[in-house]
Amino acid sequence: MTGVARRVTTLLVVMLFVSAVVFVAIHSLPGDPARLMAGPQAPRSVIDALHARLGLDEPLSAQYVHFLKRALSGDFGLSLRDGTPVGAAIAQRLPYSLLLGGLSYVLAIVIGVPGGTLAAVRVGQWPDHLLMAATLVGASLAGFWVALLGMEIFAVRLHWLPLMGAGDWRHYILPVMVLALMPAALILRMTRTGMRDVLRQDYIRTARAKGLPPAIVLTRHALRNAMVPVVTVICLNLGGLISGAVVTETVFDWPGIGRLLIDAVRYRDYPMIQGITLLSILGVLGANLVAEILIAWLDPRTRGN
Amino acid sequence: MIRIMRRHPALCLGAMLCGLALVLGAIGPVVIGGDPSAQDLYHVLQPPSWTHPCGTDAFGRDIFLRLIYGLRLTMYEVVVSTACAAGIGIPLGLFSAMAPSWLDRAIMGLSDMAFAFPGLVLALLIVSLLGPGLFHALLAIAAFSIPIYTRLARNLTHALRHATYIEALQVLGASRARILFRHMLRNIAAPVLVQITLGAGTVVLSAASLSFLGLGAQPPMPEWGTMMSDGRNVLGAAFWPCLFPGLAIALAVIGLNCLGDGLREALDARSEQS
Repeated sequence: MTGVARRVTTLLVVMLFVSAVVFVAIHSLPGDPARLMAGPQAPRSVIDALHARLGLDEPLSAQYVHFLKRALSGDFGLSLRDGTPVGAAIAQRLPYSLLLGGLSYVLAIVIGVPGGTLAAVRVGQWPDHLLMAATLVGASLAGFWVALLGMEIFAVRLHWLPLMGAGDWRHYILPVMVLALMPAALILRMTRTGMRDVLRQDYIRTARAKGLPPAIVLTRHALRNAMVPVVTVICLNLGGLISGAVVTETVFDWPGIGRLLIDAVRYRDYPMIQGITLLSILGVLGANLVAEILIAWLDPRTRGN
Repeated sequence: MIRIMRRHPALCLGAMLCGLALVLGAIGPVVIGGDPSAQDLYHVLQPPSWTHPCGTDAFGRDIFLRLIYGLRLTMYEVVVSTACAAGIGIPLGLFSAMAPSWLDRAIMGLSDMAFAFPGLVLALLIVSLLGPGLFHALLAIAAFSIPIYTRLARNLTHALRHATYIEALQVLGASRARILFRHMLRNIAAPVLVQITLGAGTVVLSAASLSFLGLGAQPPMPEWGTMMSDGRNVLGAAFWPCLFPGLAIALAVIGLNCLGDGLREALDARSEQS
């Protein structure tokens, strides 16, 4: 348990440091956020009032401390674009992104783990070659290209699926498939590597020698140990999933965090960019922590240190 | 030659695709000629034909011609971004491995922190600070690639630090810089080369993504991502302005990934046994 406590502390320290870097980077920009908010024709008095209200008169370090205090209570400031609270905007969009990302990961695991196991069992044979070629292609395609082709075929020509936006279950099919492409390829490759390493070990030979059916050997004995690298890649690839979600959400006009971020970048809405960036970093660091805990649970040998 | 081809089919496919891209990018615009931005408003959205192998876009521009010119842009993207990332990352990693342990830990801690940023989110942050544009997008892509090279170079060098021949060099009085750049760099070159090749694929995809989002190359540049962003607007009326740039990206990235995977297999002695 002390190991977990230490890792949580590390996470907090990293988060503190990264948030300071992001804060300083954004606040060292030329240009005045109050001027941006009030508009170019606003009189001096309005600007001064905004300065006082936003705390822009204070030194940067004091501003950062204020920002941290408010951020801890969920207040990330006001959007420069429409003056709404950043935290509320994120909270409203977050469920859409979580659902999209979660379903994509489920699909990626459902494809990747059995596929990788099949490739490992049939190493060097045609199923292995076919699956490896498929992962190579899958990891090389631009997600937005697959998305556009899918929209053209299934929405514009065949009218099977809606073109864009969020709604009933049919709206999920294309974005989830597009977003699952890259993680499915990664998970398949990692499962294959992990499975191959495990299947060579003595205890698998023992299990086979005592006459267990191959399916039982694979699912009961091999899978758990083969999952260690897979869990690692699933958790450590969260950053990749977030990157993919930004593009996928933009193409499908999906009302999630990724779209929000792109809009914020286009409008140079720095409080919004800052809030989403910090949230995504927290997600990545949290996923790293989950990976370490899961691996310790899956593989007791790693628990020592 | 045939033996190499049978043994490493991925390497050969990758080398062929990358070689083809280099040749097309180098001589294609010279041989074919023409202006990739020349509009022909009487022939907009023509489907693929003999005169326009990939059709024309919404301004009547020849898509094939734009793809060939776009290849040069893609090569520029790979060179600039990789040169920045590897040029900063690798020396930093070498330095970190040989530095006192507190400095090593500080540099590695910083690179771990950089890893906490999702790649595209860091790129978007940087582009929002610098402003949109292809060069800024390339710097942003380099920024999230630097820690990958730093960590790789540092770990490889760190493992070599106590190799007998390195200690022998130290005993013989070779300077630290000489050991680092003449001996260690040469010995870590193979895995670094693999990473550069695979990293180039990431650069192509990321640059196209940023351009597609309107934050990298700006119209009317014949950048593949920008072309797809244009093509997106006419989707439904014409699919080819989207199809072919994406196909070009896919072929380029498949080529680079095949080359990288193939190089890793060919250079890694361990995989010979399995």
